[in-house]
Amino acid sequence: MEKPLTQHIVPGRKPLNLKEYEKVGGYQSVRKILKEMSPQEVQALVKDANLRGRGGAGFPTGMKWSFVPMGPDAPSPKYLVANADEMEPGTFKDRVLLEGNPHQLIEGMIVASYAIQASISYVFLRWAYKLAAKEITQAIHEAYEAGYLGNNILGSGFNLEMHLHTGVGRYMCGEETALLNALEGKRANPRAKPPFPQVSGLFGKPTIVNNVETLCNLPHIVNNGAEWFKKLGLTEDAGTKLYGVSGRVKTPGCWELPMGITIRELLEEYAGGMQDGYLFRGLLPGGASTDFLVEEHLDLPMDYGSIQAAGSRLGTGTMIIMDDQTCPVGFTLNLQHFFAQESCGFCTPCREGLPWVEKILMAIDKGEGKPEHLLTLDFHTKYLGPGNTFCALAPGAMEPLQSALKYFREDFERHIHEHHCPWSKSKAWQPSI
Amino acid sequence: MLTTEEKHQIDHEISLVPSPKNACIEALKIVQQSHGWVSDESLKDVAEYVGMSTAELDSVATFYNLIFRRPVGRHVILVCDSISCYVMGYEVIRNQLFEKLNIQYGQTTADGRFTILPNCCLGTCDCAPALMIDHDLYRNLTVEQLDEILSKYT
Ligand SMILES: Cc1cc2nc3c(=O)[nH]c(=O)nc-3n(C[C@H](O)[C@H](O)[C@H](O)COP(=O)(O)O)c2cc1C
Ligand code: SF4
Ligand code: FES
Repeated sequence: MEKPLTQHIVPGRKPLNLKEYEKVGGYQSVRKILKEMSPQEVQALVKDANLRGRGGAGFPTGMKWSFVPMGPDAPSPKYLVANADEMEPGTFKDRVLLEGNPHQLIEGMIVASYAIQASISYVFLRWAYKLAAKEITQAIHEAYEAGYLGNNILGSGFNLEMHLHTGVGRYMCGEETALLNALEGKRANPRAKPPFPQVSGLFGKPTIVNNVETLCNLPHIVNNGAEWFKKLGLTEDAGTKLYGVSGRVKTPGCWELPMGITIRELLEEYAGGMQDGYLFRGLLPGGASTDFLVEEHLDLPMDYGSIQAAGSRLGTGTMIIMDDQTCPVGFTLNLQHFFAQESCGFCTPCREGLPWVEKILMAIDKGEGKPEHLLTLDFHTKYLGPGNTFCALAPGAMEPLQSALKYFREDFERHIHEHHCPWSKSKAWQPSI
Repeated sequence: MLTTEEKHQIDHEISLVPSPKNACIEALKIVQQSHGWVSDESLKDVAEYVGMSTAELDSVATFYNLIFRRPVGRHVILVCDSISCYVMGYEVIRNQLFEKLNIQYGQTTADGRFTILPNCCLGTCDCAPALMIDHDLYRNLTVEQLDEILSKYT
């Protein structure tokens, strides 16, 4: 089984330095594009490969790039940003790539920058990733020394600066337009679209924001071609995917596997099945802002289309398992507490609605719920849904809520009728201040 | 007053962006690095230095979770309170910490040693529950490990 993204990553071992990375074929893709390919050809290749963004939304990468103005009259400078904010609860895949092989990310960023003719690039890294910060700083330094970054890269005339920027903690910094505001030294509120960042992004210039995993795929696509990449996937979606499993399973972890492996294989073969004494009840397939899936969905392939058809989203591909000893109300409350806290407060439905949702869930969890509370929650899932808020944070928050109300409604009702939480565990839950 | 060293570092950040304002978050980070937090006085100094009003800069400073506008202890404990850590029972760890240190979230021990804060997902959910103290990450936590971990910080 091919594992292009993680083939040189050994947990616990220092990542390859530049020399070692070059020895296993590192930076070949940079040599190839600079010598043999035009930016337009790189864009076309990535489009052909059917690479979809690994940041959560699955937007086709080649298509996203195609909106960037090209040619001598295009505004300059243009920017490329690697989104390494990774603050979606339950998500820990980009960390593996950042800590394990920073040169692969830099190589991918050079390919993407060349394709859109960006001359300045940033890694936007979340504060908590201290080890990644150290490794990336070192790797960027090595890449400059070796002439892969800076002016006139490998004598091609192409110039690229690269900077590491560490954030100061806010989930919204991962949303691409809010990220640009954060990079500009502002509050991380999202921006109105249009104009899209591809046309007017960082400092008003054309900008592409791509997820770390998306970018790490690029060197391999350049080296091996679009057909090879498409064949890596088991279903209609191309490539491999970094999947993760957390919760009460025997061996939680993160694995690179062909796109489209089934949930059951992931859960049983890789994560080792449920821990003794715990039964499976449901899962969020790709981070906190995806809809619950349950037993009947276990044989679905983990690809974009199949998970969407089941009413959820592949999201980040890192799933969170809910077991039978975890209270579904407490689980949902934990998620809504996170979203309410991280709402940027810019638009009213989200700023007012999420704390309201949290308050109701807290009441239900404490045994103070009323039957009409469920209707209020139902109503919020509509009013905070797509199209009613300024960005995708609030609709994302509603995904686990609406599906919890669908699949675990009886558990919500039990809390209300019995006036207490049937799972003692959630009594220990204290909201943070 | 900003020190010469702080000014030097801030100048470098300003040199990378179109306008000094764009470096304000970096400037706040630099000041926090040397003082542990951003006092009203530091905020005023930074605002003047990058050409913003204090109100404007405070609106940025207070937006971010990890810019501290109140004094913190010598070490900051960030407890992950997100979903995978919740499923794995992080509350037991949190409660033990509260008890051992005799403080709650947002408070600092009387000897100024620790401040404890909730933090969202630390991105190590397969090793939940997790917490960070200063720059150090601790994973797969059990209550038995807490004394030894805390003893590393004076
Ligand atoms: C609230 C919010 C948080 C997000 N956080 C991240 C993140 O941490 N990392 C990421 O790559 N994308 C994140 N995204 C998605 C980005 O907006 C953007 O779609 C993505 O970085 C694009 O990269 P891709 O096209 O390579 O997937 C977030 C979106 C929202 C609405
Ligand atoms: S939906 Fe929430 S996070 Fe997004 S802009 Fe509105 S208030 Fe901010
Ligand atoms: S939920 Fe605690 S580390 Fe991710």
